[in-house]
Amino acid sequence: MNLNQIMTDLSYFIPELILTGILLAVIVFDLFQKAETSIRAGYLALGGLALVGIALIGQDVSVPTGIFTNMLAVDGFGKFLKVLVTIGAMLVMWISFNTNELKDRRVGEYYVLILVLVLGMYFLVSATHLLSIYISLEMVSIMSYLLSGYLKEQIRSNEASVKYVVFGAFSSGILLYGFSLLYGLTGSADIFEIQAALAAGSTSPALLLLILIMVLVGFGYKIAAVPFHFWTPDVYEGAPTPITAFLSVAPKAAGFAIIIRFFNVTFSSTGNPNMEAWSALENMNWQAIIGLLSVLSMTVGNVIALQQSNIKRMLAYSSIAHAGYMLLGVVVADQTGVAAILYYAAVYMFMNLGAFFVAIHIKNAFDTEDIEDYKSLGYKAPVLGVIMAIFMFSLTGLPPTGGFVAKFYIFRALIEYGDMYFYLALIGLINGVISLYYYMRVVKAMYFGKIELVEQVHNAPLNITILLVILAAPLLLAWIVGDPLSAYAQDAVHFFIK
Amino acid sequence: MDHLSSYLVLSAILFSLGLYTVVTRRNAVAILMGVELILNAANINFVAFSKFVTHNLDGHLISVFIIMLAAAEAAVALAIVLNLYNDRGHINVDEANALKQ
Repeated sequence: MNLNQIMTDLSYFIPELILTGILLAVIVFDLFQKAETSIRAGYLALGGLALVGIALIGQDVSVPTGIFTNMLAVDGFGKFLKVLVTIGAMLVMWISFNTNELKDRRVGEYYVLILVLVLGMYFLVSATHLLSIYISLEMVSIMSYLLSGYLKEQIRSNEASVKYVVFGAFSSGILLYGFSLLYGLTGSADIFEIQAALAAGSTSPALLLLILIMVLVGFGYKIAAVPFHFWTPDVYEGAPTPITAFLSVAPKAAGFAIIIRFFNVTFSSTGNPNMEAWSALENMNWQAIIGLLSVLSMTVGNVIALQQSNIKRMLAYSSIAHAGYMLLGVVVADQTGVAAILYYAAVYMFMNLGAFFVAIHIKNAFDTEDIEDYKSLGYKAPVLGVIMAIFMFSLTGLPPTGGFVAKFYIFRALIEYGDMYFYLALIGLINGVISLYYYMRVVKAMYFGKIELVEQVHNAPLNITILLVILAAPLLLAWIVGDPLSAYAQDAVHFFIK
Repeated sequence: MDHLSSYLVLSAILFSLGLYTVVTRRNAVAILMGVELILNAANINFVAFSKFVTHNLDGHLISVFIIMLAAAEAAVALAIVLNLYNDRGHINVDEANALKQ
């Protein structure tokens, strides 16, 4: 690796370089601001992120490339998720400007931390080396701990971050121990060389299973899959709501990215996820284990969500269930499956951010997080009510919304993959029916039952209404005008291979 | 100690002790110490494999990074635990249950 090589690699690294520059600039800018004007650092961060987004969209990934001695990959798959994460971060910054939780406090570093989190996710979705996977995972985790404890004088917030840090540090330790065994077993830390060693040698299946479980502890915690989900409800309830919204979509999508990249390469028989005929390593049936996790996540998430009365906690359990649906796509792991997950992650981002943003506004306006208090909201605030109903329908997976299309793609991928996977799709479908109950409880509270007399119609401020329409519109359009998003997702299934 | 297996046994013992500490202790700082043991067990593995199996510097490099990240993580974790102490006057994770209904 010489200097020329580094310069060439850096030219693939421009969005990350811009982001690093912006976040340093925001830190310095914030130094010159008083607490009451520190929101300007947030505006700068949002503007900078838009710039990064433009650089990212302009990036040419038609030839997938490995950069920095194959530490990171620049490919279509990574680009899709980076764009997704960037959009999510921008929307979350937008709502953060409007939430009461962050009023009257210094917020400069809040936006800096979000930017670092975004940078960490950029690395995570493109990591192809055990070291870069671990570093980016820690980068994402440490920023998440800090952000979930940002309201540090509130007991709930700092309790959330204590729980997060204890679970997080523990599971990343287990992951690392698994990585060290994998390194010893195969003699390399590069995921392509690991695959070659695993496919060639006759490694002991028992040891491989142990490693697999250790790796799954680390990754499963990041996507909040059962049984690594214990932190989720508490952290989601205690963290500032914009951060809850962000944690439930972006790091989850990045976690799925690394699961897909790692499993599709390391534990496949060919090491080439770009081929149509993709199959798992012979002496290890990891697809069955992922299938089991997926069924557990869906069922546990949905069943516990039934009993929740706090909207944030309900959405936390629902996000566990959604991780289960997305894991169904990982079971398939071929091109259709991965495209279905990418599509699901994008749609899920819109609908879940939307649901959380409505909850944030309700908290601002009516000071409640209790689903019971959403009573007659459909009449008190008609626009908000309709938009919330769209998000709830979409989260359930009812037509005519994007949520239905997303679930349809996942189930189709499963059924096409093989007959025995039909049962997994069936379990997914039954879970969809269970989830109907608790999502519809919100709609029911808003529209049915005893209606309170409405004296004055409440309208959300214009910028929040615009934000919510931006989030709701794609969910309906997905149904009406065919689907450009699905075409993007299919194009994006293009991995870097060595 | 010039056999790979002695190092692996040492690291397995450290790993088990770390796991035991995390599962049984209720004090947040003690749990974090258990996590450090697990990370160091992984470090020993990486260095030992690097010396005996791969004969290159990859493993050494990785363990240097891990030491650095462990320090960063400990700094953040201790700050968060300190914050809990300021609010509660204790750092017992079992009694941190304001979020349970």
